[in-house]
This record gives sequence, C-alpha cells and structure tokens, in this order.
Amino acid sequence: MIPAAFEYYRPKDMAGVLSVLQEHGDDARVLAGGHSLIPMMKLRMAEVPHLIDLQDVEGLGGISVDGDTVRIGAMTTQHDIIDNAALAAAAPIMREASLQIADPQVRYMGTVGGNVANGDPGNDMPGLMQCLDATFTLVGPDGERTVEARDFYEAAYMTDREDDEILTAVSFKAPKGGYAYEKQKRKIGDYATAAAAVLITKTDGKCSAASIAMTNLSDTPIWSEAAAEALVGTSLDDAAIAAAVAAMLGDIDPTDDNRGPVEFKRHAASIILRRAIETAWSRA
Amino acid sequence: MNKELTREERADALGGMGCKRKRVEDARFTQGKGNYVDDIKLPGMLQGDFVRSPYAHAKIVSIDASAALALDGVVAVLTAEDLAPLGLHWMPTLAGDKQMVLADGKVLFQGQEVAFVVAKDRYIAADAVELVEVEYEELPVLTDPFAAMESDVVLREDLLGEGGSLPDGAHGPRKHHNHIFTWEVGEKDATEQVLQEADVVAEEMVYYHRTHPCPLETCGCVASMDKVNGKLTLHGTFQAPHAIRTVVSLISGIEEHNIRVISPDIGGGFGNKVGAYPGYVCSVVASIVTGVPVKWVEDRMENLMTTAFARDYWMKGKISATKEGKITGLWCHTTADHGGFDACADPTKFPAGFMNICTGSYDIPTAYLAVDGVYTNKAPGGVSYRCSFRVTEAAYFIERMIEILAIELNMDAAELRRINFIKKEQFPYQSALGWEYDSGDYHTAWDKALKAVDYDGLRAEQAQRVEDYKAGKTRKLMGIGLTHFTEIVGAGPVKNCDILGLGMFDSCEIRIHPTGSAIARLGTISQGQGHATTFAQILATEIGLPADSITIEEGDTDTAPYGLGTYGSRSTPVAGAATAMAGRKIRAKAQMIAAYLLEVHDDDVEFDVDRFVVKGAPEKFKTMKEIAFAAYNQAIPGIEPGLEAVSYYDPPNMTYPFGAYVCVMDIDVDTGVTEIRRFYALDDCGTRINPMIIEGQVHGGLTEALAVALGQEIAYDDMGNVKTGTLMDFFLPTAWEVPNYETDHTVTPSPHHPIGAKGVGESPHVGGVPCFSNAVNDAFRAFGLRHTHMPHDHWRIWKTANGLGLHG
Ligand SMILES: Cc1cc2nc3c(=O)[nH]c(=O)nc-3n(C[C@H](O)[C@H](O)[C@H](O)COP(=O)(O)OP(=O)(O)OC[C@H]3O[C@@H](n4cnc5c(N)ncnc54)[C@H](O)[C@@H]3O)c2cc1C
Repeated sequence: MIPAAFEYYRPKDMAGVLSVLQEHGDDARVLAGGHSLIPMMKLRMAEVPHLIDLQDVEGLGGISVDGDTVRIGAMTTQHDIIDNAALAAAAPIMREASLQIADPQVRYMGTVGGNVANGDPGNDMPGLMQCLDATFTLVGPDGERTVEARDFYEAAYMTDREDDEILTAVSFKAPKGGYAYEKQKRKIGDYATAAAAVLITKTDGKCSAASIAMTNLSDTPIWSEAAAEALVGTSLDDAAIAAAVAAMLGDIDPTDDNRGPVEFKRHAASIILRRAIETAWSRA
Repeated sequence: MNKELTREERADALGGMGCKRKRVEDARFTQGKGNYVDDIKLPGMLQGDFVRSPYAHAKIVSIDASAALALDGVVAVLTAEDLAPLGLHWMPTLAGDKQMVLADGKVLFQGQEVAFVVAKDRYIAADAVELVEVEYEELPVLTDPFAAMESDVVLREDLLGEGGSLPDGAHGPRKHHNHIFTWEVGEKDATEQVLQEADVVAEEMVYYHRTHPCPLETCGCVASMDKVNGKLTLHGTFQAPHAIRTVVSLISGIEEHNIRVISPDIGGGFGNKVGAYPGYVCSVVASIVTGVPVKWVEDRMENLMTTAFARDYWMKGKISATKEGKITGLWCHTTADHGGFDACADPTKFPAGFMNICTGSYDIPTAYLAVDGVYTNKAPGGVSYRCSFRVTEAAYFIERMIEILAIELNMDAAELRRINFIKKEQFPYQSALGWEYDSGDYHTAWDKALKAVDYDGLRAEQAQRVEDYKAGKTRKLMGIGLTHFTEIVGAGPVKNCDILGLGMFDSCEIRIHPTGSAIARLGTISQGQGHATTFAQILATEIGLPADSITIEEGDTDTAPYGLGTYGSRSTPVAGAATAMAGRKIRAKAQMIAAYLLEVHDDDVEFDVDRFVVKGAPEKFKTMKEIAFAAYNQAIPGIEPGLEAVSYYDPPNMTYPFGAYVCVMDIDVDTGVTEIRRFYALDDCGTRINPMIIEGQVHGGLTEALAVALGQEIAYDDMGNVKTGTLMDFFLPTAWEVPNYETDHTVTPSPHHPIGAKGVGESPHVGGVPCFSNAVNDAFRAFGLRHTHMPHDHWRIWKTANGLGLHG
C-alpha cells in the first residue's frame, strides 16, 4: 500500500494542465478527489509518474441551475451536490444517489468529474448521468468538445476521453416527474451489488416517458432503452413492470465476485429495479 | 476542619470496584496522543518490507536481489540463505510446529514471506520489493482440508521421516502426510452407544468459516540492537511481551536479561498479536546485521492475508435426546484447517484449545470430541479472535446443535435449553469433557432474558409473519436468535496450562509512594480494554487509596513482573487476582504499621475503606495515606521501611462467564438483506469492576460478532488466492450497520477468584456469533431449513431462500 514515486504538479489553469499532459502523455494523469486514483496507486495497480492536481485550476467547480439547465463543474464534490438546495430542487435524484455513494469522508473529497471519468463499473454517477441523458464537456489540446454520457463508456476503465483531455463539466436538463435511485450494497462504503436510476413522467395516469440505467451489472453502466420503453404508454401495472424488468435483464451482463454469483445479481437487479420503478412512479 | 465524611462518601471518593470510573486512557487516545509502534522513530532507523509469494504453493527456483540492492537507499535484502547460518530461517510456533521465517525452497500460502528488504525509508523499501526477482515453479494447490487428507501432494516434506515415513508430530501420531494431529476427549464408545439407543438424534455439519481478527492497528515492531552494551530492545505490538522476550532469547541465543521487550499503546489485538511473526525475527536479525534500529509494520493487506487467521473449523456433530427433550449425548468430529504451518496460539497441551467446552451450558452426561488438524495451502494462524482458545467455535457448535435438535424434536428452542441447563445447585459442575465449571445460575439468567424481550410475544408475532408471508402480504421473514453460552476463560492453572513450557500464571507488583499514591505493574498488556482504569479500581478497594492516585503500568519487560499477557479474557481472572492478592499483602503490612502508630495490638485494628481503625473505637484511626508516609519515614521496630508487594497468581481453576442473548432480525427474502431490529445481551461475568467498561466491551464484542456472522471472512479461490484482502471485501461494520444493543446482567461471582470476577471482554463475541446466526436460521425454520452456514451475507441468504423455493 505504498505508491511508487511520482512528480506532483499543481497548475493554476487549464493551459498548465494540458501542457503537462501533452509533455508526458500516458505517464501523466489528473488527480481530482483522489478517492479512486490514490488507492490504485497505493496498490501499484496504477503507475502515475506525473500527477497533476486539479484542485487549484480555475473554473472547474460550481453548480449552476439556469432555468431547466443544470451544469455541474467537474471538481464539484459529492458532498457539494448533497448540500446544494437549488440542485436538490431541480434534480432531486442527484442528491438521492449521492447520499448512497461511499461514506461522508469519501464524499467530502470525491468529485463528479472523477466519478464519471474514472470508468469503473462500480461508480454510481455514470449510470445516473446516462439516466439523465447528460452531456460531458471535455477540453483538450484542440479545444472543447461535448459527448453524450450514453456514448461515453466503452469498457471497464475505457471511455471516449482521450488521454490528453480533461472533463470540465457535466450538464443535463432538469428531469421532470418521478425519480428514484435504489442501490443494494453490503455495507456503508461499498459499491453496488445492483443499483438502478429511474425517471418517469406521468401524463393522465399513464407513463409518458421513462429512463432507466443500471450500475455495476456489466463492465459499463447500462442505459436500458428497452426497459424504459416497456413502461411508456402503460399505467405501470404488474405486467408492464415485469416487462421492463425482463428487458433490463436482457441488457445486463453481471459477473461473479464477492458480492455474489451471477444468478443472485440478476435477481437482485430485478428486485432493485422493480422497487426503483415503484418509488419513481409514486413520486411522478 | 472538613466535615467528617460518611463511610459511603469515603468509599465513593476512592473510585473503587463497582463504579463507572471514566477511562483514564481516553484523554490521550481521543486527542491523537497515543504512542503506537509506528509512532516510534529512533535515530538512524531503517525500514523493512517483505517480498511475498503470489502463489499458494510453489517451489522457489531462484531469488535475484541484485537490482534491488542496486537501488539507492537499499541496505540489505535477506533471504532464507542469509538466516540459515544463524538457524533463524525457521522458527518454532506456539503450537509445537515450526514455521519458515523466509521461504526455504518453497512457499505454502499466498503472501508468504520470501525475502526481507531493508532500506533507508519506507518508500524505497517498497520500490525495492518490486525489484527482487523470484522465479517460482507452481505446485498443486490444496485449499480444502478434506481433499488435503486424501491427496498425494505433500505440503510439508520437512516433516517426513526416512523413506517417506511419518514420525509423530508435537501432539502424537499423524495419519497422513498432510495431517497434523488428532486430539480426543471424552468417551467414544459410550457416546456412540448412547447415540445408537437414543429416541432422537440430530446430526449436522457445522462450518465455522475462516476469518481474521483485523485490529485497527496492524502488527509491527522496531528492533534495536545496541552493539556496544549487547542489549536488544524490541518495541512491538505484542499481546504477551514477556513470552516474546523468552522466545526471542531461546531462538536467538541472546541472554534474556539483555533483551527488553516493550509493548507501547496497542490499537486492538483480538488474538492477532499473540503469535510471533517472521517480521519480528527479520527485524531483529536486520538490526543485528546493520547495527541500527529496524522498523517493520505490515500494511492492511499483509495483515489480512498473513498474520493469524481465526476459526476454519468443520464441526460434524450428533446430539441425542429423549422424546421429552432431555439430552443424552453429544458427539463431535472437527476437521481443523490450520494452513501451511501449525501456528495456532493455544496452551501447548491443548492443540484444539478449549474446544472441549462444547457441551456448553447443558448437563450432557456423555460426550466425545475428536479434532483432526490438517495442513493446507492457506496462511497459518488459528488464533482466538476475541475469545478464549477455540471457545467461539465450541459455543457456535453447541448453540447450533441445540437449535437443530429443537427442530428434530419439534420443540421450542428456548424450552429445550431450559430443560437441559446445568442447575444452580450442580455447581461446581464436572462436565463430560473434563472441565469443572466454577459457578452459574443459568435458569435465572434465561428467564430474565426471555421476559425482557417478551419471548412469547415475539413468537406470536413471528407466527403471524409466517402467515402474512404465505398470504403474499410481506416478503420479509422474522428470525428470533437465541443463545445461552458458557465460556471458559482465564488460562490458566499452571498444572495444565502452559505455552511452550511457560506457565500461565500472571503477576502484579505494587509500590506505594510515601505521599500515598502508588504505581502497580502487571504482566498483562492492555490493547484497548482499559486496564489502567479497572486495575486501579481493584487496588483502590483493596488498599484504600484513590484510584486516581494509582498509576498502572504494563508492557515493559524491564520493569513489569513476568506474566503471560492479555488474551483469552485472562487479564482480570489471572492478573486481576494477582492485583488483589498483592493489594492484600500491602494491607497486611499496613495493618502492622497502623497498630504501631495507634499503639494497639495488630489484631485490634481493622480495615475500613481507606483506613485502619481501632476495633470498637472508630474515632481512632490512621488513613492509608498516613500509613504510607509512616512506612517510609518512621522507624518502626521489627518492620522494614517501605510499602511494596508482588504477587504471582496461579489460578486454581478457570472461570466460566455465561450469558443469555436474544436477537430479533428481519430478513428480506428477495435481496438477502438483514435488519437487526433488537439485540438483548445479558452477561454474567461475576463481580463487576466497572459497569461502563463492561458495557463498552459488550458493545465491541457484539459488533465483531455481527461482523463475523453476517459477512466477515477470509475467502480463497481454488488456486489459493485470497479473495478478501482489503476492507472493501473484508467486512468491518461501521456505526451504520450496528444496531442499538440492550445490555443487562446477573451477578454470580466466581467462588475461587479473590474478588469473584470472571472476565467479560470476549463473552459478547462468543455469545453473539451463534445468536446472530441462529436468528438467520430461525427465520427460515418454518420453511423447512435445518442449517445454513455463515457468513450470512446477502447472496448466501438469498441462496438459502432460493433453495427453499421462496422465490417462486
Ligand atoms: C471506501 C470508498 C468507497 C467508495 N464507494 C463508492 C460508491 O459507492 N459509489 C461511487 O460511485 N464511488 C465510490 N467511491 C469512489 C469515490 O466516489 C471517488 O471519489 C470517485 O470514484 C472518483 O472521484 P475522485 O474525485 O476521487 O477522482 P480521482 O480518484 O482523483 O480520479 C479518478 C480517475 O478519474 C480521472 N479524473 C478525475 N477527474 C478528472 C477530470 N476532471 N477529467 C478527466 N479525468 C479525471 C483521474 O485521472 C483518475 O483516473 C468510493 C471510494 C472509496 C475510497
């Protein structure tokens, strides 16, 4: 649990970050809250000879809610999200999910940018972002570009982000209707055995729109379009929910680990999704 | 002049036995002012780190340390080859086996110590570890003890005799090259006959999984060899500093007076810090070689993977009874997985510890126990994790067997216990497996517990829940966990308890200062138990000086009297007794001094809280404070100056704390998630020295019990890889997972202990584990479950429910 030696940089602006990234390529990485990266370095599973701390970089923090547009700077901590009244009003699912991440100590450090950029299938924010249909803003040597959360994740720790790009913000439209973030975990400080993010809009007693994403049940988050479609147009009777659950089960691909065998995880996923749908519907 | 205090006021002012004295240790712990091993920094100190085996079983083809040695700041890389000339490449274990200090030609478990790197700082040491190139040739891996007993693969070639023969081991004949010992107690034939003739026999294999004590502070030491005066100082996380001194002397050849072992503050032990580990030996050798101090502190993963697992007992049981539920016999065969070396920390004559307490709280006339120890490719250890030697295994076994027998008899498990408890008037009670229980009143405790939780009401609620479940109204089942445990602690009488020949007495030495304060030193060492608080309370009551004026010091072998340390709940039963006895010696001398000062005969004064008074004339007295001053400053004919005493206490018997626990749990059949709605713990530890400390111990022990029962394990895959090597997967509960505990007590003093105290630190763990597990099992009883193994984590509970067809 002793990391290898590394150079530490603490630039004040994005240009400073980019120049180190460009100079050292693969050998450089940015550090946000450090609560995913530092454990990996201590285990010597990640070797990072050049570590660039984003702490002092201008313009990476802050939460803005402008009409129905929400923008969260990459360096915003999970604690900041829990603490922000405007965000809680605009997108209460953000608060509900953040409260289920790790423990208060981790949440004081861990950032949204780190959580979504990390690419660990256990992270809760990526699925949440897919559920919200969020957009990620990336800055690189060629300037700024955006990418949809639903297109960002390729495999475990593999994303659409280039090595010399920084994720600067996530943004999304404030969701309407009911919401729920359900997570089964073994203990406080654990990643999900199964987690579900659900948004449902109700019009005239029927589901008019829905979005469903699952966490830690594949090597990427799973936005299950089919599961959501199974709900749209129904009044969420048992059959509709069963169809949504069945559709979700067709999309996930969990693996065996200490949290349990595949068959258990599939069962847990279906229960968690069912509960999330019921809660979201009750709030719609 | 001050108003004359009443007797009660004078007693209160002492802060003696029975009061909730605040812990004197906490000021430094809560302010970050503790002094742990890793806080020790000596001039010129080097840092050690291990190269460890990635394989569970492999031949070492070669070790090349040249790249590591070339790294700036690396001072040495030790291998078995370097230790062999000193005879230190192997070391004796507490169980009479021997263990490699550094891999001697092969490795037997993942994480085994292969080479020891010594460098100028911790970071360089870790870098150098990566640079040591070890070539391994993988060998077949045995992780299952039953398979190991059938396998041709020899794990310990070093134990083979001529032509592959099997010489006896430390505990007698060996049946197979992977077999360590057979230990038998009780009457085999008679028990088998009772089982054969019984109305009812319940039979089950009960597995108590491998886990780990996991104290917050890991193991470590700082060895410092002073080459000028030939003295070795060894600071370390030692639960038994004197035993470590003797062992170091025996294996290194350094005379014992030249070794000083110091246990500074210890951040939890739970059995993890009883044994001797390769890190200690390597640090000592490295300090001798380099002439400067060497520190070694393991990290969390090393701690979980290598230093001292607990449990791993496969207990096959049979219990018989009459139709009415009177138990007639108990039979147990245990297959004990000891890993690659037998490094269990038990009294030497007890290779399976006190597993023969497995008749529990019940009057079982005939019983038989056999334990077979087996080598596998897992880490060595087998320590008593928050319990006396294998007592948790025994309590879990009998408390599961009772529940299974209740199912077989179609009887209420609380009633079945009541019918079979040893009765109050049967104490001292001779058990079928050889122990003499000192005292107990199980029926009173049991009735009090059941009444406190409204047991009948709980059963009615549970029956309703089953109805509701069957009617589709709920997906949650309710379990009622019951346990009545009896422990055996306070090892122990020197006639049958020793560790490597060291008798398990303990000691206390007291010096009263002229102004009426005192220092007492003991052979034990606190790891969080609060000895500095409670032992001062014992003395306050015994010698009549305020607890706040008594310093308790432990852990420095140059100053403390010889003792066997702290584990197995032995501090209060053994060192606590020594403390009281030493206090009484002080009092005896004080009586003579008082009589002289009061100008009466010795027999004409009597002790009264904080003074000696003239019998029949209480206005004539000398306070202990006055007596202390006189002891040093007044020439008293026929009495030596000074006021000191030392006592070495060899206990006449063990003590037998007991308790009655009830757990109420809700279980989500679909997710396997458990919720503890209520936990009631009644403990009887005899005389209660400090109720607040007892309550703290009970909370802590129950929390570790919850951990073990509901998820904490050291799991291996078939290749012998540890799957639970970090705290992400190794379950340590936080405040969030822990329920609100209700504590209660009865008081049945030990008749043979000077103050009647029995020890309590481990009771809640011993009783808690079966109680949590019984609750899980009980929830499914109505659906046909007999037994499901721990740990009861979500997926295993789900699997149990699934197997019972509860998922449709
Ligand atoms: C005990 C524990 C429990 C946890 N439990 C959970 C949990 O239940 N759910 C959960 O979601 N998370 C959990 N986490 C992870 C935690 O939320 C992390 O904080 C988070 O995953 C990463 O955020 P960070 O700011 O700490 O990122 P860092 O650790 O600093 O970085 C993570 C990775 O992202 C990269 N990165 C960081 N910021 C950027 C950026 N702006 N642009 C590009 N790349 C970037 C880094 O280079 C690194 O590769 C847990 C962590 C711990 C220690």
